[in-house]
This record gives sequence, C-alpha cells and structure tokens, in this order.
Amino acid sequence: MAEVTLESVSKVFRDGTVAVSSVDLDIPDGELIVLVGPSGCGKTTLLRMVAGLEDVTEGAIRIGDRVVNNLSPGERDVAMVFQNYALYPHMTVFQNMALSLKIRKVDKQERQRRVREAAEILRLEDLLHKSPRELSGGQRQRVAMGRAIVRQPQAFLMDEPLSNLDAKLRVQMRSEILRIQRDLGVTTIYVTHDQTEAMTLGDRVAVMRKGVLQQLAPPQEVYQYPANLFVAGFIGSPAMNVVEAKLVRSNGDLFVEFGSHRLQVPDEVAAARPALAGFVGGNVALGIRPEHMEDALLVGGSPPDSRLTVITELREEMGSEVLLHFTVDAAPVLTDDTKELASDRGSEALQELQEQVSERKSPFIAKASPETTAQIAEKRELYVDTRKLHFFDLQTGEAIYGNRERERVRQESTSAT
Amino acid sequence: MKTVEAPSVRADAPARARAGRVGRRWRPRTLVFRLVMYALLLGLSAFILLPVGWMLTAALKPDRVPVFTATPEWWPREFWHWENFRRVLTESMPFLRYTLNTTLVVVSNVLGVLISCSLVGFGFARMRFRGSKILFSILIITMLIPWQVLMVPQFLMFFKIHWYGTYLPLIVPSFGGTAFFIFLIRQYMRTIPRDLDDAARVDGLNNWQIFWRIILPLSTPVLTVCAVFTFLWNWNNLLGPLLYLDSDEKFTVAIGLANLVTRSDTPWNLMMAANLLSIIPPIVVYFFAQKKLIGGIASVGLKG
Repeated sequence: MAEVTLESVSKVFRDGTVAVSSVDLDIPDGELIVLVGPSGCGKTTLLRMVAGLEDVTEGAIRIGDRVVNNLSPGERDVAMVFQNYALYPHMTVFQNMALSLKIRKVDKQERQRRVREAAEILRLEDLLHKSPRELSGGQRQRVAMGRAIVRQPQAFLMDEPLSNLDAKLRVQMRSEILRIQRDLGVTTIYVTHDQTEAMTLGDRVAVMRKGVLQQLAPPQEVYQYPANLFVAGFIGSPAMNVVEAKLVRSNGDLFVEFGSHRLQVPDEVAAARPALAGFVGGNVALGIRPEHMEDALLVGGSPPDSRLTVITELREEMGSEVLLHFTVDAAPVLTDDTKELASDRGSEALQELQEQVSERKSPFIAKASPETTAQIAEKRELYVDTRKLHFFDLQTGEAIYGNRERERVRQESTSAT
Repeated sequence: MKTVEAPSVRADAPARARAGRVGRRWRPRTLVFRLVMYALLLGLSAFILLPVGWMLTAALKPDRVPVFTATPEWWPREFWHWENFRRVLTESMPFLRYTLNTTLVVVSNVLGVLISCSLVGFGFARMRFRGSKILFSILIITMLIPWQVLMVPQFLMFFKIHWYGTYLPLIVPSFGGTAFFIFLIRQYMRTIPRDLDDAARVDGLNNWQIFWRIILPLSTPVLTVCAVFTFLWNWNNLLGPLLYLDSDEKFTVAIGLANLVTRSDTPWNLMMAANLLSIIPPIVVYFFAQKKLIGGIASVGLKG
C-alpha cells in the first residue's frame, strides 16, 4: 500500500491527440479517488498510464517513493480491474486468481492460502474450479476483483468495473467494492463515467474534461461548490438548470433577472461571493439545481422574490419525488462547457441547445416533493431556495466565488496548472 | 421427432416471416425436408466412397486378374485375397521402414511449423514494432511464389551445403515458418481480446509468458488446423523426398508407392493395398482432430 502521485502528467498520442494534459494528483495512502468525466475525457488513458499500459509523454508518476515511468506494469505492483473483466478464458477461477502469484514465484501453499482468503472475502469459494464462461456477469466481476486482491498490491486501478452489470447488481457491487476497499485500505483509483458511482464511492472526486483536470475535491464539495459550468452540469442528476441572467441592484438589494423572472439574491450569498459585486449590471450564468426548487404551495411564507411562475409541461413521477419540466423565457448558456456537456448526450442535444439559444428558451427541471398537485399545462409558482443559487462567469465558465471560497476551491482543484 | 419440433417452429414463426423469403426457403422445416437432405448427403458420401471401394476391390484381387475392367467393379465380390496386404507390408517394399521415415519427416514438420509459425504469428498479431507492416506484406508476397520456382535453386543450395541425401532439406525449412500458416495464426490471434494481454502484463507476465500462458492455449483451434494441414501435405509429399533422398532405406511411403508403378508390370492389386494402408494414418489424425478442426476452420474463415 502506498501513496500515488502524479506530477504534471501528460499524454500525447502519436497522431498528436492530447489525451491527458498536465494532470496533478496526489493520492494519499488508502484513499479511493474517482476519476469521472464524459467519454473521451482522458480518464481511462490516465489510469492506463498509472498501470504502465501507456507510456507517459511528460511528467512523473510515483507509486510509494519510486518513480515508475519506466517500469513495466508487472514491476509497478499495482492490480487492475478491467471493464470487461479480461479473465483468462482457458483457466479456472482459481488459476485466474493465482497466475500473478505463480509468475512472482510465490510458493504453492502460500498461493492457495491467498486465493482462498480472497475467495472468502468475495464469496467465491464454490466457484474456484469453474471456468469463467460458466459464471454470471456478477460472478465474473467478483473474480476480476479477486485477481486484484490476491496480489496485495500497492494500489488498485479500476476501469469502469461495474459498467457491464445490470442496474441492481451495480448498486450491490458498488457497496461491495467500497467495503473491500475500506477493509483492505488499499489506495484505489477508480474510473467511471457514472456520476452516481463517483459521488458514492470516492473519498475525493476528480472531474476531467478533454484531458484536463477540472476539479478535485470531496464529493459534497464538488456538488456544492462546482469549480465551473462543466462540473456543475456533470455532477448532479437531473443536471443543474443553467440560464443567462442579469445581475441588478435595486434599493441596495441584489437581484438576478432572467426572462420574465426575478429572484432576490440573499445578502449571505452575496457576502460569500464577493466577486459577484463585479458583475452587477452585467450578465452571468445562473445555476439552480432541480432539488432546490419546490412547489410554492408546499412552502409556507416564502418571499415573493424567491418564486418562479411557470407552466408545467411534463410531470415525471419518481416515487420519492416528482420531476416538473417547464420552459423559462431566457437563453440557455452557450459556452465550451455546456456545448461539451450537450454533445456528450448526443449530437442532437447540441443542435437542440443551439436552437434554444436562438429562441431564448431554456428547459428547466424542478424536483418537487411527491405531494405536489401541479398538473400538466397548469400555471404554478415554484419556490426557489435562493441561498443555493450558483453563479458562473459567462465568458470563462468559471464559478464566481471570490476570495476565501474561491481560493479554497482553487487550491483543491487546480493547484499546479 | 415431429412432435418435438412443432412448438419451436410455431414459436419463432413470426421472426421467420419477418426474415423474408430467402431466409425461409432454405430452412429445414419439415420432416420431408430432412429426409431429402439426409438422402442427398448419403448419396454424396457414397459417391465419395466409391473410389475407395474400387481400390479395395482391386487390392483383394489375385495377381494377373485384370484390375481395370470395362464396367468398374465398385465393391469386392469375387476375390478376397487379404494376404495382399501382408505381402505389401513384408515383400514388395519395406513398408514399415518407409512409414517410420515418413513419420519422422511429418512429425518434425508439424513441430517446426507449430513452433515457428505461432511465434512469428504472435509477433505480427501482438507486438508493435517498426516495419511490421512492410515485413508482413513481404511475407504475404512470398505466398505468391510457387514452390516449383524455388525447386532448382533450393536444390542447388542444399546440395552445396551437403544436405543432399539427408532429411534436413525436408525438415529444416519448416522451422523457418510457412507464410500461409503465419498468416492464419496471425489472423486468429488478432481476434483474441487485447485486454487479456493488458491484464496479463499487469499480472506481471512478460511477452514470452503472455505468448506461452495466454495466447498459445487460446489458439489451439488454429494450431490444430495448421498441424493437420502440415501432416497431410507432408504425408502426401512425393516431390520433396524424391528430390532430396537417395537411398532406399531413407525413402518415404509416397516414394514407395510411386516406385510400385513400373513401365509394364505394375502389380495393381499390391499398389492399391499399399495405398489403402497409407491413408490410414491421415484418417486417424482426422478422426481425433475433427472437432477442433471444424471449429478451427470455421473460426479462421478458411474453407477446406
């Protein structure tokens, strides 16, 4: 078990594609860090570089106190779990798990002991003599985990290990991975494109975009203080509603206006984000998370400047909550970040976004409590928890915090860039 | 049989209707269809077995009885001279000696092909190195050169290094690899997921161990194809041994058979008996390799 450190690590492929651009990561011993981002953001490449399966173009990778850049994967003493498990089809479960020990010339008794131990942790005892082809997806996944565990490596590297499982099994295996990682205390780098996995598993989450680390922070912090529009849009489900808005001051109070709507920015929010003062009179990107809106009828005594009057277009019952879809008459934000997020959903989504900008219409989703009686095509007031508003610079897409808060987020995320 | 079939036919009937006319026309749907199919297959097998039957008929005839009759005799009826087989084995030629010689050549070739082609195939399929594409193209081009073109220069070369009259010219080249088999093996190995190599590398295996412990065991179908083909080619090879072998005790079965043919007085009955004996080993090999072979041929997309 060891600390894993990446020092301005870059990867440029032979065709000139920059897959990973100057990433710094410092993963203390025993921490589980999740690399998350849309497909093609370089997270898997970064993981493969740590494993030794890809050359490092620039920078240094340290495992423990060794620089491992030029070591072969076998010499790095890391274990990897692959997306499709990569079990050796011609070997039994036992042989699959024992192979690395055999190569390392661990004696037979020790081999058997360690495989049995790992099998016990993973409840694989009865499957040791089966071949991978006879196993279900979940069992194969566990064998792949077992192959990593028996190694007692310096670090676990996991490349979307749960993405080939069905939803129910995925939740179960997620907690299993967490349990095993905690029990063994092995430093772990976990790659996923699933933000739920990132939030639930990670001690810290590293959000990546186009090979660049966007933010590195504990899950709650990433959620509450996203560093930029990209992180804000990527973390959270449904995604944060973002709209172009104007900041105005009237009678000493700060308001944010978009389309026919107007919300008051509470003093505490303005105080916590001193940099916001510089944007008064100008436009910003306003972010409201769906879960920070509620049917106003269910919230007693909300001030008028914290409500949106909207017409519900779609009502989605989720059981524990109700998703209300509506349109706001203001332009959505069009930056590289939002474009990237849209294109991650598909080329149509990007086109749609551009149409919405020209029509000045933004689709919004509110997460209301199941008691709401809001019906489709009905005019309703929605209460917005204005203490939880997010503001972003329209040009750079960076979150507007200022001074203390901004510094803190900065330090955590892009300390060396 | 019909009752068993019926539900499954009904169950996927809509799927079939969707599959359209072409798909439907060729599917074995009814008992009648099956009967016709089996009848055809049996007929075809009989047709292929006919010459063998004729060989057996000829082999069982006594000396001086004409073998080539006006209407061919496809099955033995009159003569049952089984001792012809014994005569072949003991009198007319040193058949066992020849068989041993052939086995030596064949087994060495199979070994040579398996070792060299699997290694080179692995290199082309799995290693990235400068010039691999050009080398592979050159390899493919060599397949276009007929063996007959190389025959004379190769003979001169082997003669000069004093390999004439030994088995070496028949064996050693196979250890240098055969373009066609290298191609087959490479294609097959390329279908093995690369993640396995990655997993093995992380597990600490080096290139050799990846080849030996992972890729080679997974390539048995294609290796079987190569082994069986090499076996057959060399078992039947007449020209090579004829060129390079100079003494009776070194001859192979193929030469022995050819030597039975003389200008006037060929003993056709013994000839046929010897021929029948000589096809036994290939049949045995086929029998044991059958399952792997069919799988292998199907998987490398090669038609027999």
